[in-house]
Amino acid sequence: MSVFPRVIPVLLVSDGYLVKPVKFQGDKYIGDPINAVRIFNEKQVDELVICDIDASVKGTGVNYTLIEEIAGEAFMPVAYGGGVASADEARRITGIGIEKVVLNTAAVVRPETVTEISDALGASSTVVSVDVKKRITSGWDTYIRRGSKKTGMTPVEAAQRAQQLGAGEILVSSIDRESTFTGYDLKLISEIAGAVAVPVVALGGASGYDDFAPALAAGASAVAAGSMFVLNGRHRAVLISYPTPAEIRALAGAS
Amino acid sequence: MSIGLVDYGLGNLGSVTNMLKRVGADSHRVSEPEQVLASDKVLLPGIGAFDTGMTRLRDQGLFEPLREFAASGRPLLGICLGMQLLLDGSEEGVEPGLGLIPGTSVRFAEEPELRVPHMGWNVVTPTHDDPLVAGLEPDSRFYFVHSYKVVPTSDSDVLALTAYGAPFASMIRSGNVMGAQYHPEKSHAFGMRVLSNFASL
Repeated sequence: MSVFPRVIPVLLVSDGYLVKPVKFQGDKYIGDPINAVRIFNEKQVDELVICDIDASVKGTGVNYTLIEEIAGEAFMPVAYGGGVASADEARRITGIGIEKVVLNTAAVVRPETVTEISDALGASSTVVSVDVKKRITSGWDTYIRRGSKKTGMTPVEAAQRAQQLGAGEILVSSIDRESTFTGYDLKLISEIAGAVAVPVVALGGASGYDDFAPALAAGASAVAAGSMFVLNGRHRAVLISYPTPAEIRALAGAS
Repeated sequence: MSIGLVDYGLGNLGSVTNMLKRVGADSHRVSEPEQVLASDKVLLPGIGAFDTGMTRLRDQGLFEPLREFAASGRPLLGICLGMQLLLDGSEEGVEPGLGLIPGTSVRFAEEPELRVPHMGWNVVTPTHDDPLVAGLEPDSRFYFVHSYKVVPTSDSDVLALTAYGAPFASMIRSGNVMGAQYHPEKSHAFGMRVLSNFASL
């Protein structure tokens, strides 16, 4: 039997608050990020991704206070993204007790950053987020700066380049599916997973646990989601949920 | 009684400290030879490459003190790379290891359906009773990230097995020297149990 597929909640933070945008736009206020981390910790979540969505866009840099508070409450692997632009910053973040850093803008603006961080921390601590939007015609474009700037690379090109630079994991984020509850973009996941050897994490569009198995079958090593773990029902009330160990174990056959 | 956490620039000391605090165990960082020798217990963390780990230990003058500490019979626990450093060497590098448990580390064989690194949660099954694994529920899950696995020369030094392709030694113990390949500090209540067991040895 292989390792269990990882099921990963993604928490987005803006101005110190937990928020939930739709398709990378707008911020629905969810609550206090530390409280959410505590609840996910009690639910014995596999792993958490926490992204400060202002950091690279507003240039506020890495929020170390937030990271310290999170690390003190999170007894599971945590990946942090948002404004990380150097190996020194990445080293400081992991020194506090965070396992991985997520790079998006820096990976394109200054690609050596990926290599420097991978050399300093190891590839398994270096995650590159490939943010993807569907073209109107066919295929996809990739973006940086919170989906506002096109990179000119296709998702496969961006993922292969990230792997070559030293990334140990690719987080594939479908911008046009975020918070839409329409399921993962399986074609996109399958294309990227087929083109790289490192683990691929699917993000964007999950509406329920039933969406996990198809993403794993398409080649994802792990499934991530934001909205479905923090919002519930037609009115999208805030409610934190997470599958049981038995439900996660049942997914093992799908991968 | 305080656990000395070896600080040689290659471990997630923050996480280990946080979890030890949560289970009520005192810990402090040790980076000097005399601090290692003065500890009641030593925990050797570590992430990254084998040779980098050994080189840093040597550069900091900790190679002999760690061997001397182990010879004194006090408990020494290596986690992740720290566990691999306890053996004679590794396929990953050329540096000799600490040589406290006979054996080496080898890379996971390339097999279809088996991505390397072995990253994620997996079940750890003790091979026999031991205070370090006391109270672990069957099917206890732990978080792993590694591309190399330890192969102790003697089967009697294996304390727990985990299946990834073929079963491999996810915990080892030879007297007062012990190791865990997973990250207990990132393995929820399961990791807390192991660290708490270590603290009360």
